[in-house]
Amino acid sequence: MLSKRIIACLDVRAGSVVKGINFEGLRHAGDPAALARRYNREGIDEVVILDVTATIEKRRAMVETIRAVANEIFLPLSVGGGIKDAAHAAAAIEAGADKVSINTAALAHPELITTLAKRYGSQAVIVAIDAKRQNGRFAVYIRSGQHETDRDAVEWARAAAEHGAGEILLTSIDRDGTKQGFDCELTAAVSEAVSIPVIASGGAGTFDHFVDVFTHGKADAALAASIFHYAEHAVADLKKHLHEHGIPVRL
Amino acid sequence: MYCRLALIMIALLDYGAGNLTSVRKALAHLGAEVTTPATPDDLAHADAIIVPGVGNFEATAALDDAWRDAILASVGNGQPMLGICLGMQWLFEESEEAPSIRGLGLMGGACAFLGQALVEGGGAAPALSAQSRASNPDSGLERSAPSAAQGFILAASRLPPPALKVPHVGWNSLHLRRASWLLEGIGEGDQVYFTHSFAPPVTADCAASTNYIVDFASVVECGHVAGVQFHPEKSGDAGLRILSNFLKRTRAR
Repeated sequence: MLSKRIIACLDVRAGSVVKGINFEGLRHAGDPAALARRYNREGIDEVVILDVTATIEKRRAMVETIRAVANEIFLPLSVGGGIKDAAHAAAAIEAGADKVSINTAALAHPELITTLAKRYGSQAVIVAIDAKRQNGRFAVYIRSGQHETDRDAVEWARAAAEHGAGEILLTSIDRDGTKQGFDCELTAAVSEAVSIPVIASGGAGTFDHFVDVFTHGKADAALAASIFHYAEHAVADLKKHLHEHGIPVRL
Repeated sequence: MYCRLALIMIALLDYGAGNLTSVRKALAHLGAEVTTPATPDDLAHADAIIVPGVGNFEATAALDDAWRDAILASVGNGQPMLGICLGMQWLFEESEEAPSIRGLGLMGGACAFLGQALVEGGGAAPALSAQSRASNPDSGLERSAPSAAQGFILAASRLPPPALKVPHVGWNSLHLRRASWLLEGIGEGDQVYFTHSFAPPVTADCAASTNYIVDFASVVECGHVAGVQFHPEKSGDAGLRILSNFLKRTRAR
């Protein structure tokens, strides 16, 4: 049976891992390569490096950080944040990323999804969607969650899949950093609308939140940062908990 | 855990199907030298051949007759060969993903779309069976050769969500079917990382199978030629063990 994936996100700024609450107030959490090594030992299924400030500060994906992490782990590695065009994506992939995650640029230029899918295969293209509840719908936000758009998350996910996206990384801005649980309603709505895997993100605070997002939220994978970063819980303990609740995981 | 013995040279074929960085890194980690041969003649200098690849079966068209002849000659001389993902599918006769493209034909059978059982209305389809083109003239699926992204989009859009999703992405388990040098030290149910929409059939060459919608061959082995549908370079310790077994076989040659 296909396992539900547990993904650790390294929110990186200037070579260091940071973690914010509702995308603001970033604080330091450690060396990305050291964290990746620890997660690998603990049984993480996948790692995402997110350059959390790249879009704002117009910096490129951190090639050196990618290379350092890629040398530590033999697991799927994704890179996102500030990837604006095919050249940025190529730099990340050449440095050792298996997948690139595009957000603002994908919405502005959906043909970028197709270009990257043709060049690297759809499995290498993740479209990241930041969504926020807004008057009864899930509004898509861009530029690190700072700008509201008129797009709906479910509709945009469907369109992204049609353009050739291989996975959707869906973040709830409302829940990000709050530890109040994933937005299962949002996740289920998107997951039921597309036939590509959906990675739920934003709000992980307890092991039961993961159980909820894999059952009620119909997520294929779940991503978290701070719950793993500060060694609050071992990845192995989380997987054991999921296994005991009947969720298929790689032990 | 992994032996680092005499240097061996692995020819890693770069035919433009995806990036080779992670495969190269994993092989280097295990102590192998890696070269990407520029011409078919270069294969003769290598100790073993690895055909990696992601994307559409059509990409294998870049491996033209000169490459095919050189690969078959090297394999005939006893060079171990490993196909990974698309490279494994290419070991077979053909794939319905790009029916106009000929596979290498070292393994009998044709690769098929994983979601076919769902497309056909959910009828029982316990396993992808070996069907050569002659015995399967028309599966009812598209026969044109789409581009890489188009092929994927066609495949994905055939499925009414929320059916089981295709592509098959993530960690899934190996069901061991027979003794295998490539799988030495791998246990029943060990998990490896997959990302694909098409898969090879379960035939006599199948050393391990995996179930996702159907049973398909996740490991094939015939003499010193082997293939894996998953990505050993992305499958943690289990994947490194499998690559290490391939290098061990190459050293023992």
